[in-house]
Amino acid sequence: MTIYLLAAILLVSLSGFYIGKNRASALVVGARIQSLPQYHGLRIALWCGLPALFLLGLWVVLEPFVIQSLVRNSLPPEFFNLSGDEAILAMMEISNLSQGIVGTQSGLPYAEEAASLLISMNQLSDYAMIVVVSVVSLSALVVAQSKVTADFPALESVEKAFNVFIFLSSAVAVLTTVAIVLSLLFESFKFFEQVPLHEFLFGLKWNPQIAIRADQGASTGAFGAVPVFSGTLLIAFVAILVAGPIGLASAVYFAEYANPRVRDVAKPMLELLAGIPTVVYGFFAALTVAPLVRELGLSLGLAVEARSALAAGIVMGIMIIPFISSLADDVITAVPQSLREGSYAMGATQSETIKYVIFPAALPGIVGAFLLAISRAIGETMIVAMAAGLNANLTANPLENVTTVTVQIVVALIGDQEFDDPKTLSAFALGLILFFMTLILNVFALMIVKRYREQYE
Amino acid sequence: MNRGFSRTTGGKPLSSLNIRRQRAERRFRRIGLFGVGLALASVLFLLGTIFSSGYSAFWRLHFAVDIDFDPVLMNVSSDPSLEELRDVNYLALFRKNLERSYPEVKGRSERRKLAQMFSESVPDILESLVISNPSLVGSKQRIWVLSSSSAEMIYKGAAPRDIEETRRVLTDQQLTWLDQWQGENLTRTRFNFRFFTSGPSRSPELAGLGGAIVGSALTLLVTLLISFPMGVAAAIYLEEYAPKNRVSEIIEVNINNLAAVPSIIFGLLGLAVLLNVFGLPRGTPLVGGMVLSLMTLPTIIIASRAALKAVPPSIRDGALAMGASPMQTIFHHVLPLAMPGILTGTIIGLAQALGETAPLLMIGMFAFVADTPSGILDQASSLPVQIYLWAESSERGYVELTAAAIMIILVFLVFMNLLAVFLRKKFERRW
Amino acid sequence: MIEISPPSKKSEKNFTTRLESVDEFDRVETVGEMFVDRPKVSCLGVSVHYGDKQALFNINLDLGRNEVLALIGPSGCGKTTFLRCINRMNDTIEGCRVDGEIKIEGAEINHSDADVVSLRSKVGMVFQKPNPFPKSIFDNIAYGPRIHGLSGPKNELDDIVETALKRAGLWEEVSDRLHTPATGLSGGQQQRLCIARAIAVNPEVILMDEPCSALDPIATARIEELIDDLREKFTIAIVTHSMHQAARVSQRTAYFHMGHLVEVGVTDQMFTNPRQRLTEDYITGRFG
Repeated sequence: MTIYLLAAILLVSLSGFYIGKNRASALVVGARIQSLPQYHGLRIALWCGLPALFLLGLWVVLEPFVIQSLVRNSLPPEFFNLSGDEAILAMMEISNLSQGIVGTQSGLPYAEEAASLLISMNQLSDYAMIVVVSVVSLSALVVAQSKVTADFPALESVEKAFNVFIFLSSAVAVLTTVAIVLSLLFESFKFFEQVPLHEFLFGLKWNPQIAIRADQGASTGAFGAVPVFSGTLLIAFVAILVAGPIGLASAVYFAEYANPRVRDVAKPMLELLAGIPTVVYGFFAALTVAPLVRELGLSLGLAVEARSALAAGIVMGIMIIPFISSLADDVITAVPQSLREGSYAMGATQSETIKYVIFPAALPGIVGAFLLAISRAIGETMIVAMAAGLNANLTANPLENVTTVTVQIVVALIGDQEFDDPKTLSAFALGLILFFMTLILNVFALMIVKRYREQYE
Repeated sequence: MNRGFSRTTGGKPLSSLNIRRQRAERRFRRIGLFGVGLALASVLFLLGTIFSSGYSAFWRLHFAVDIDFDPVLMNVSSDPSLEELRDVNYLALFRKNLERSYPEVKGRSERRKLAQMFSESVPDILESLVISNPSLVGSKQRIWVLSSSSAEMIYKGAAPRDIEETRRVLTDQQLTWLDQWQGENLTRTRFNFRFFTSGPSRSPELAGLGGAIVGSALTLLVTLLISFPMGVAAAIYLEEYAPKNRVSEIIEVNINNLAAVPSIIFGLLGLAVLLNVFGLPRGTPLVGGMVLSLMTLPTIIIASRAALKAVPPSIRDGALAMGASPMQTIFHHVLPLAMPGILTGTIIGLAQALGETAPLLMIGMFAFVADTPSGILDQASSLPVQIYLWAESSERGYVELTAAAIMIILVFLVFMNLLAVFLRKKFERRW
Repeated sequence: MIEISPPSKKSEKNFTTRLESVDEFDRVETVGEMFVDRPKVSCLGVSVHYGDKQALFNINLDLGRNEVLALIGPSGCGKTTFLRCINRMNDTIEGCRVDGEIKIEGAEINHSDADVVSLRSKVGMVFQKPNPFPKSIFDNIAYGPRIHGLSGPKNELDDIVETALKRAGLWEEVSDRLHTPATGLSGGQQQRLCIARAIAVNPEVILMDEPCSALDPIATARIEELIDDLREKFTIAIVTHSMHQAARVSQRTAYFHMGHLVEVGVTDQMFTNPRQRLTEDYITGRFG
């Protein structure tokens, strides 16, 4: 239905464009006109399309809410005596009936009646939508095309619409951030209604499985997120331990030593690592690295668990090597040549120059690069989902298995989602913490890097 | 790069301090080289692992079976109608033929073991053969059919052979059959076309990437249609129009931060807003594409801004001086010149989106979808999600499929990146 | 060890050719007193190429002991390139090739045996723009002594720093804030710090590449005074754009033009009575 209406609006807009263009072209004969014919056409097309589209979108979004509340209000008083869950079930049954799905009959006497009301209201709404949207579109066509005159500034109108469009497009970034924060906060509040905040932040036991049988109390689910955070940090720590030195060493080599030909070949190869999807790293970790680490550990007499934090951390480290090396490379090349020359002129060797002049000068930038890398590691999902553990385990031993924030989000949301169950909602509480953790790291890192750049500009 | 120490060493004895310093110099240089070497070794190790465990999935093992399309066995008349042929129990036909070809195999479990050497798809193959050519009825044919995944794993050496029977994927008896058929030339390998056309399956030997590739393509199409116009528009606003004020500053900071928000958070956003509030259909390319376009936007905006910035102001001044409006200046002069850079950024953004898994999992693109999606409102899978699902499957046959799927996605990514490099090289312009 | 090629023949001949225009560069031969007795640094037939482009043509020039030699000429004439040959800073430029001989105390610096690190500890350099390291004032000065192993115990290093700062005339201004960042100093102070940094390793020669071009007149005057003081201990070559500065601080002046050394002379004589038309044009401000 909506698709046809969309096509109709487009058709009206298109004809509006040609009508406007032709009328304006007719004006051109003999007279100088203010705007080119195509801008007259474009203006009419926009008038025909945009308001109607906006209305259509609004209608589609609001329709279910409005109709549902109308149907609900029409229900007899006994409906309002039902408990929350039963009421939801009843509404679902009504909606199923209206779509012709006949499932288990709960025997609600008023269900049939409500369903037919729902059907007729849906139909009514559809007709009303078609009428309203087409009237808006067509009347816009009539009004707009009457304004096609030689001195009408059509270009200016189109320009204004364009300005609004580009402003809104850039505002999407802000809207996205706002939407992220609001949606995470909203679902987290629902979570914290059921699980106290202090238990979540300071509890040491994480076991989100909620009672399967009725006689198990809901209290069996434990939502102490400390082991989840500690696991995240442990894996991120291992990753930085791997990526930090290797990334930094490669950056120094590329920035200061490598001859251009080696650099041109080796650098893109290293950056290849950054373009590989994380799910590939996850497979690599689970299939190759984890067994390797385990065997290596066993041969040394160490007890290494199959999904050890070490294996996941190493692979995550490999993933962020190019991240650190290219950021650090930028930072090192940004150190002004005059400082290098100053040091060489004192008779310093190249390595002395790097160690005593370039590193201290580039330190803020390098710290920024590391912070960004840590934020990357904390937010990384697929590697840990495939290679780290599922059970929360409060330990600092990288040979054991630990779980992470992102793994727990995936576990909570794959499978049945019930938005009144703390297990599902816990994903949003974890997401909220994750978002703010990475946000703070990013803002801090970008600030340091920016200040560092300004220092040498 | 040599920064002035090419002629450092020589035959003349140096002071001990200088010898020590030169040694430190060499050591330091070696550390750098070692870092690069280690990083490159990881790349090679990773790619090597993927290739060595994945290339075999492009070939499938087939066994020859002699099938007697005996009307009696098929329980049809000697000149059957299509109707009749559709009702035949082809599994029974296959089993009975096996019994005829291998009369020495006695007992139910033995026979089942023999049938398990072949793919579950054999009855379907027989059916389609007969339906497309009813004249087969009454004839005897040697037909090549897919082997089961277990037999194939042993054949390819992907599953260990020399271990005790209970831990092996084939029994001793099945192993002898395999060897026997190999000796009698009843085995052959053929290119695995099914891998590129069919959807996922419970049996590894039948599973393919077709549905996932279509799902990914549809998702990327939605991403492109949303993020390209919006990204370019935002870049134009920020680069050409935005006044230097707080609002612009907030937008800029936001874009930079969005670029670094973990992808899984975008998935949560999609779940909470697009699915729960707006009620869009779960697990569809439409929702997946919308979520991915939010992630791709910052990349496109940042690249487009750089491309716009590189267009010299003199060109704008020239156009404006001719009486062009700001919008005309941008569309006629600035955008065409910036387009190569913008397209390069867009392709790189889409390449990132192609590899994203976590947000798609959040919005439900993980269901087992056997059909190839035909539109953006159908439930669909996608390449990285399929890789994840296969990687999580315990059956051994999925390991090579996972690795092969990774090879396919890497080929797509390499292709996209080469296209980006080509665009940049071809249209690069220095002012 | 000291070899000085007899200058007489060449220079005599050169007194006879008076270069009238730039077009005659193919035949350029330097006129004037480019050679001295017992030189500290002697350069013979030095040519420099940047890739295919030749930047210096067959330069013959000595630096005498305890003298200040000013290198003047229009922009891009090769005076900085020449200066950077003397401590091999040109090695840091990709594709740069230096031919000819450059000897310090008779030892060839481009010889395969020569160690560039010890060369640069003997030949200090001060750059056009002050480039203090982003460290404390103390650490800036102490950097050279530390890497060259000149200092033993801590108080010895203190002495070196103090002496260097005193020689550079900076001690009074910074003695109470030695451990604050050097980047907080004013431009003139930063440049004197760079000079102090250069002399802290006790070099024999100091090369200065337009050391005052980024400074105001008062700071310039202080640096010029300093250069005059430093002459007692060091050999100094200074590139400058200001002829007044050359006149004030130097004993000899060399005039470069488009990669050629056109004329060398005792400073007073050269500014009053130049022997080449090109030199005269430059000094009188007809181009440059």
